Amino acid sequence: MTTVQEHAPNPAAGDPGRPIGFGRLQRKEDPRFVRGKGNYLDDIVLPGMLHGAILRAPVAHARLVSIDTTEALAHPKVLAVITGKDLQALNLAWAPTLSADVQAVLVTDKVRFQGQEVAFVVAEDRYAARDALELIDVEYDMLPPVIDARRALDPGAPVIRDDIEGRTDNRIFDWEIGDAAETEAVFAAADVVVAQEVVYPRVHPAPMETCGAVADFDPVDGRLTLYETTQAPHAHRTLYAIVAGIPEHKIRIASPDIGGGFGNKVGIYPGYVLAVVGSIVTGKPVKWVEDRSENLMSTSFARDYIMQGEIAATKDGKILAVRTSVLADHGAFNATAQPTKTPAGFFSIFTGSYDLKAAYCKVTGVYTNKAPGGVAYACSFRVTEAVYLVERMVDILARKLEMDPAELRLKNFIKPEQFPYANKTGWVYDSGNYEPAMRLSMKMAGYEDLRREQLEKRERGELMGIGVSFFTETVGAGPRKHFDIVGLGMADGAELRVHPTGKAVVRISVQSQGQGHETTFAQIVAEELGIPPESIDVVHGDTDQTPFGLGTYGSRSTPVSGGAVALVARKVRDKARFIAAAMLETRPEDLEWEKGRWFVKGDPSAGKTIAEIAFGAHGTVALPEGIDGNLDAEVTYDPPNLTFPFGAYICVVDVDAGTGHVKVRRFIAVDDCGTRINPMIIEGQVHGGLTDGVGMALMEIIAFDEEGNCLSGSFMDYLIPTAMEVPDWETGFTVTPSPHHPIGAKGIGESATVGSPPAIVNAIVDALMPYGVTHMDMPCTPARVWEAMQGRARPPV
Amino acid sequence: MQVSMTVNGDKVTREIEPRVLLVHFIRENLGLTGTHWGCDTSNCGTCVVLMDGQPVKSCTVLAAMADGHDIRTVEGLAVGGTLDPVQQGFMEEHGLQCGFCTPGMMLTARALLDRNPHPDDAEIRQAISGQICRCTGYATIVRSVQWAAAHPLGAQAEGDAAGAEESTSEEVTA
Repeated sequence: MTTVQEHAPNPAAGDPGRPIGFGRLQRKEDPRFVRGKGNYLDDIVLPGMLHGAILRAPVAHARLVSIDTTEALAHPKVLAVITGKDLQALNLAWAPTLSADVQAVLVTDKVRFQGQEVAFVVAEDRYAARDALELIDVEYDMLPPVIDARRALDPGAPVIRDDIEGRTDNRIFDWEIGDAAETEAVFAAADVVVAQEVVYPRVHPAPMETCGAVADFDPVDGRLTLYETTQAPHAHRTLYAIVAGIPEHKIRIASPDIGGGFGNKVGIYPGYVLAVVGSIVTGKPVKWVEDRSENLMSTSFARDYIMQGEIAATKDGKILAVRTSVLADHGAFNATAQPTKTPAGFFSIFTGSYDLKAAYCKVTGVYTNKAPGGVAYACSFRVTEAVYLVERMVDILARKLEMDPAELRLKNFIKPEQFPYANKTGWVYDSGNYEPAMRLSMKMAGYEDLRREQLEKRERGELMGIGVSFFTETVGAGPRKHFDIVGLGMADGAELRVHPTGKAVVRISVQSQGQGHETTFAQIVAEELGIPPESIDVVHGDTDQTPFGLGTYGSRSTPVSGGAVALVARKVRDKARFIAAAMLETRPEDLEWEKGRWFVKGDPSAGKTIAEIAFGAHGTVALPEGIDGNLDAEVTYDPPNLTFPFGAYICVVDVDAGTGHVKVRRFIAVDDCGTRINPMIIEGQVHGGLTDGVGMALMEIIAFDEEGNCLSGSFMDYLIPTAMEVPDWETGFTVTPSPHHPIGAKGIGESATVGSPPAIVNAIVDALMPYGVTHMDMPCTPARVWEAMQGRARPPV
Repeated sequence: MQVSMTVNGDKVTREIEPRVLLVHFIRENLGLTGTHWGCDTSNCGTCVVLMDGQPVKSCTVLAAMADGHDIRTVEGLAVGGTLDPVQQGFMEEHGLQCGFCTPGMMLTARALLDRNPHPDDAEIRQAISGQICRCTGYATIVRSVQWAAAHPLGAQAEGDAAGAEESTSEEVTA
């Protein structure tokens, strides 16, 4: 097995792929999961614990006239019914969002989306809490809703956020990046310009475990313990301190095993706050776990971007510029979970993997009467939308130029010698070597043979499509000077302690939702210190147990926390050198490192292993001045740049000409995430993301009717791929390490979710070429594909 | 009302409300939290348990309907401290990530292998098609079940060094 390494790895990184620390390793977390001994939120039972349930609005836009809780309160098992009015008295009716807006915890003035939180019942058991919801009588005064984002800025459109003083319309922001004039000049002079509206519909991460919390407020010492399904426990603690006024040192956020997150568990939801209020009011622990409909209808959706794309090129296929204007539907509150200073996330990576002369985009965010959210579902802060746009546009250009879409991409890639590459929207791509990845995917697919097969099938009237996409992500935020969440810089901490017998514990600030942190981070320490991964425990998720950091989302765990862990291990290694020198009665500079031990240069038999040094540190050896008696260290890692994973994907579909049904026959994914820590886990991350892609491309949409009723409020309507809809994935890889990351790793968590939807849609549009179809929007359900074949392709509702 | 059933070989009897779902009975009355809940509508299958050897979605079965029946949950997969080959297979082939759907997937796999010890990939996919995994993309679940089929006595019984065997993964590089 050889790997493509055009860029030399960081010398300190060792040899990527060498199976000492790095390499395929069974996961340390699996033994508990396969025995049913995971500890998820709903598994937590505290003495005297009560159960909360939320009454939700049945309508999308209505003034709240009255709430009568008398009957509910009379229920023998009900201990409290909390309404917006009660929260107003506590100054908790509104809470700040991660995007500098506010969101209602419970409705006080009017309902702004169907499923919004109206009242909270606390009862002795979950069945009684649900029963009591039926006993609450609410009167609404209906208002006309704004459902279609295209109508949100119409003159006279109902103003959704009349709670914000002085607001007269539904515009949240206008944001632009790139040089508009320069881009216009390039477009004006270009041989070929193509334009297409590209819609990325509203979808939902829908992890198998819904969101929930168990709040336990101790009135004696004012301490709040909050078990939460959160991907970002430290950021949550700080926000609760600010919002609820509980001193930060009195708050413990503990995120247990998480049953999938995908960005769904980054934000702070009203249910979490209500569990806290419920515990304060009743003096007992309160559990709240949402049901599936609540999850789909009220927690963070993803995407919902209407993108007007334009691409300019020479007639021989040199891409010159990309331009887009975007209408972004943010729902009723601007609660996107992303760096606060970037209202469209990292959408500005829409320049893709191509060497462009110019690029420009403008994004307008609007309020609608729909659930808030927008940044979730493994989107890398809107890289998903950016990659989908540019990869659809490149395909549309290929069709216009009658060029092969793979050849067009190969012709326009940023060349290896151009890295680090400064694109036209302000990113500096750290490293890349695109052509080998593209060529490998084509080789694996048997690209030429597939094209021949397609021609033969077309002659027989069969619809076969081959779709190509090539993506470049930008992940791993910070640097903290550029990226923060409500002022908290996007850095992560790590603490490492080597115990006297050479076993170690590393504490990290990010939180796994299934990515295998307990294994991957142990492998990084193992690689750096030369002690086996099974001797290293990884502690995460509990703010009382771990150093501060911003958490797991945007594929940032390995790029940021992975850097922190490598550096803290090196700090320990450096310290070990001084202690080993004292033990060997020599000078530190006379020692040489080999994996796991310091030894005397020229005398390899005279050395001390990390375990021996750890015992020495805690033992009786006289230590040099400035070296204290332990083998511990801590760091906070502020990455100097983001990382830029990339990949080449090829999808083969067969479309049933009679029904419009799409079958994904093959999917070939070549990923380059830099240095590979655990290939098994990496492959698993890719497989999962590819399945997301099939879901979004073929099935998934959060749809609404004209009155704002959510039409996708259960798994009967929100369809997710099963084993029957996805092929056996074919994966490959190249290795182009990040030059600035301590171990050269770039992150892999979201690559496939980002890269696969355009490959699938490109394949479908390719299959439908005989029908003259040049574009269709997701989801490509049989009915929608069939309509496209009749020349009636339309945007999704 | 009173219900009695056998759960993982033990006879249990509890006084419950007639409306209590089997999933809540298992989780809350018996404290066996390895069985999960995910959707309310029988679509996701995280709540699958075996009733008389057949997979059922315990969110759509009343505890009362299980009266007199034999229930097996994930906690009953390992026998005498030895993991079921299916459990071993999921660890060997990375058939799980967040672990939430895993108990249901493993129980369905166990039921499949009990009636068809050598399923092909399509039969495995068919067997788990009523269950959703949001993490793995299913291919590694299929491999995990195939591992179990190939090791009916498990790794230890056959003297395999766990983890030392070559993976069935076929990743390609340039």
